[in-house]
Amino acid sequence: MSRLPKRGSQGITRRGFLIGMTAVGVSFGFPRHLMAAMDPASPNGKVLPSEGDIYEPSLWYSIDTAGKIKVNIMRSEMGQHVGTAIARILADELEASWDDIEIIHVDSDPRWGYMVTGGSWSISQSWPVYRQAGAAGRTAFIEAAAKKWGIKAQDCEAKNGKIISSKGELSYGELVTLGLTRQFTEEELKQLPLKPNADLTLVGQPVTSLDIANKTNGKTIYGIDAKVDGMVYANPILPPTRYGSKVVTFDDSAAKAIKGYQKTIVLEDASGSVPGWLMVIASSFHAAQKASKLVKVTWDVGETATVSEADIIEHGRKLLGDNTKGSILDTGNVDTAPVFASASSSIAQEYITSTVLHAQMEPVNALVFKNPDGVWEIHSGTQWQSLILPVLAIALGEDEANIVMRSYMLGGGFGRRLNGDYTVPAALTSKALGGKPVKMVMTRPQDMLFDSARSASVQQLKMAFDDKKAVSAMEHHATAGWPTQVLAPFFMPKGVNGEPYDPFSISGADHWYSVGAQKVRAVSNDLAIATFRPGWLRSVGPGWTNWAVESFMDEAAHHAGKDAVQFRLDMLIAEGRNAGSTPVAEGGAARQAAVLKKAAEMIGWGTPQAKDTGLGIASTFGQERDMPTWVSCAVQVHVDKTNGIVNVQKLVIAIDAGIIVDPNGAEAQCQGAALWGLSMALFEGTELLNGQYKDSNFDTYTPLRLSQAPEIKIEFIDSKMPPSGLGEPAVTPVAPAIANAIYQAVGVRLRKIPMKPSDLKSALAKA
Amino acid sequence: MAKFILNGEPMTADVESDTPLLWVIRDELNMTGTKFGCGIGTCGACTVHVGGRATRSCITPISIVEGAEITTIEGLSEKGDHPLQISWINLQVPQCGYCQSGQIMQAAALLKDIPKPTDKDIDAVMAGNLCRCMTYVRIRSAIHEAANAIEGEQS
Repeated sequence: MSRLPKRGSQGITRRGFLIGMTAVGVSFGFPRHLMAAMDPASPNGKVLPSEGDIYEPSLWYSIDTAGKIKVNIMRSEMGQHVGTAIARILADELEASWDDIEIIHVDSDPRWGYMVTGGSWSISQSWPVYRQAGAAGRTAFIEAAAKKWGIKAQDCEAKNGKIISSKGELSYGELVTLGLTRQFTEEELKQLPLKPNADLTLVGQPVTSLDIANKTNGKTIYGIDAKVDGMVYANPILPPTRYGSKVVTFDDSAAKAIKGYQKTIVLEDASGSVPGWLMVIASSFHAAQKASKLVKVTWDVGETATVSEADIIEHGRKLLGDNTKGSILDTGNVDTAPVFASASSSIAQEYITSTVLHAQMEPVNALVFKNPDGVWEIHSGTQWQSLILPVLAIALGEDEANIVMRSYMLGGGFGRRLNGDYTVPAALTSKALGGKPVKMVMTRPQDMLFDSARSASVQQLKMAFDDKKAVSAMEHHATAGWPTQVLAPFFMPKGVNGEPYDPFSISGADHWYSVGAQKVRAVSNDLAIATFRPGWLRSVGPGWTNWAVESFMDEAAHHAGKDAVQFRLDMLIAEGRNAGSTPVAEGGAARQAAVLKKAAEMIGWGTPQAKDTGLGIASTFGQERDMPTWVSCAVQVHVDKTNGIVNVQKLVIAIDAGIIVDPNGAEAQCQGAALWGLSMALFEGTELLNGQYKDSNFDTYTPLRLSQAPEIKIEFIDSKMPPSGLGEPAVTPVAPAIANAIYQAVGVRLRKIPMKPSDLKSALAKA
Repeated sequence: MAKFILNGEPMTADVESDTPLLWVIRDELNMTGTKFGCGIGTCGACTVHVGGRATRSCITPISIVEGAEITTIEGLSEKGDHPLQISWINLQVPQCGYCQSGQIMQAAALLKDIPKPTDKDIDAVMAGNLCRCMTYVRIRSAIHEAANAIEGEQS
């Protein structure tokens, strides 16, 4: 998280910004006839007006004369109930009554600072900010009440939305009515006393998330539900390759027979997001998507039209084979060669992961138009507003300040909507139509074809052992298509050899085991990047690097003749760089050891298993070393040798994410993440075929279904450490735990995910 | 002109006869609670009731539901208090929520057919409804809870 770029001095990096603003209308700067922001708890997302004057102790919330508190949330809601959790942090420090809380998902006004929802960062990063903001309000109310009563501030207490003293009670609403103007400088904010973590009363307690009720009655408004008067529908025609295709001619004579069809346009895109695209415009979605199938297009085809998955894997191997390629991470002593040269024994293995699609339930879509004030409005669900705004500015040929993104609920994020490229074709179409409202909805096959997939990867690992079979060195070489290189190169740090690397394509390989000399090398797969646009997918690097690390640890334990849990524990030593240096990472490897032990205990590690049944375990951290959530997964699997089907009978997760703000929401995130891990381990994966993903719908792309979901047990380690993140980490240990259990069950080692029944059957045949 | 009953109200829509019911409900009649997921009937996000049966509205042309009674998530209960909706809130089932209208409509049809479903029944019937947030464990529990609540009301 320390890698977040700082833009100017706005928002989260300068929390004193705009403190004490009094008129909420000013905050948006745009006409209010359209939804500027969204309250997920109110019918159809409408933000209810405030009563009377409001007081804004900080940028992040306002309080009206009725005592209602509107909490501004700049994180996107995509199922993590993030607004509720952030509001709990604020309300606790503010000593507010929870019943007075409303959450508001805001638009992309620059005042909110750098807007991104990903990396499992939201709670960890919001924790200090909203606590400070809450302390500001509490302090202001106490001061105002003390002054009113003519007593000392220390003789007043804030509790449940009121200030209480021997003189009586004043509610926050009453104090706002009396008039409050107290403002805080950045320095003053820093000095404000926070409640001790042990005294928190809302944080850690059960709560019903504020966005949930509307998700049971159809009232939640997602991007796909956005509507504006006079809009036309657009459906794209995608070229045969992601890059390099050029439209030569098109013939829409057959499309003209479709009632409601208007026209087809070729997009001119200065931003490079959608080269070779056409858009079919009609009066309804049905007409647009029907007509788009009837338009005949001839393209000059891009260079990657024959590239397939095997080419990307082979190219990856070639890259790894060249030691001069890639970036070497700072893992302390990286000089592994002499240790390997003098080792008593060593092992080496290669692990593969397949291309994975996001396949979020809501196909990508966007509504774009120029409003009467000349401002471009982008209505869509997105995860990284600050990344796509500059791209939209290039595409539209407009100043960024003249573009605003409206907030909608996301029908699934999972990293797909970090890359907001789907807003660009809608924007270009509206621009071509003079700013007319254009609603683009992709069909499922279009959504999948245009996905920024998790790249296939190749990883080669080596471990050296001394004469007592103790580990003396380790190497991890990994290559994949790097999303960050393509979409956000400013996010790439440099390795010890001066070469930049994508942290989201290697994190996890820089693990917390003490292995002696350690070399971690990340290599960008340029053929992958040329063929498709790699994306960040839930759990990013750690979602596939740990597939290799934790499968390999199991193999290494067998080589060393040690128990797989004890082998790991022997290397989880909280010393040196593995002691953990940031406030969130404090405790380091010791905390990983604790979750590993816990998961082993939960599954009954070591108990004898039935025939063809085995236990497997893995322990990891997500997402980065400066914000680790320690997680361990243990599974019990049964293998049917006749058909190669793996049945995961039990799945347990032990997790240490520091203080758990919203226990129920946290559990839900871990359940979902663990099942994502299971889904990618056994059921999910496509392949590149002639420059495109082979699968285009849920008939052949087959994420986990309810009938395949085992019961899951999740246990959180009780902690008073600052919170880390929870959206992704539980994905990371599941696939290796399953592979390790398969090995224990039937003695066969699978080194490629997804682990398909056919792979297992052929491995069994060879065994 | 297509005619049918939507959530108890007679409706007409001036659409081509091959228009899927889903898009008539969403775009013509402004009921957006029913969702578009796959367009080929494989994900269940678009599930509504036609004549009380769970139906994938994305592959149901409007012409074949002429005169039929159609219920969407908006019409499942008057105040959003169907026992399934209550158990869905109690157990905090939805994450992103996008598939949940379809899940609830499918589950409501399930409980009509099998008032006390076993895990096996639930697995069999609900396997057609994809949830990408993977809220499956809670969906299973919430269906049991709602079944128990309905049974309690009746006894």
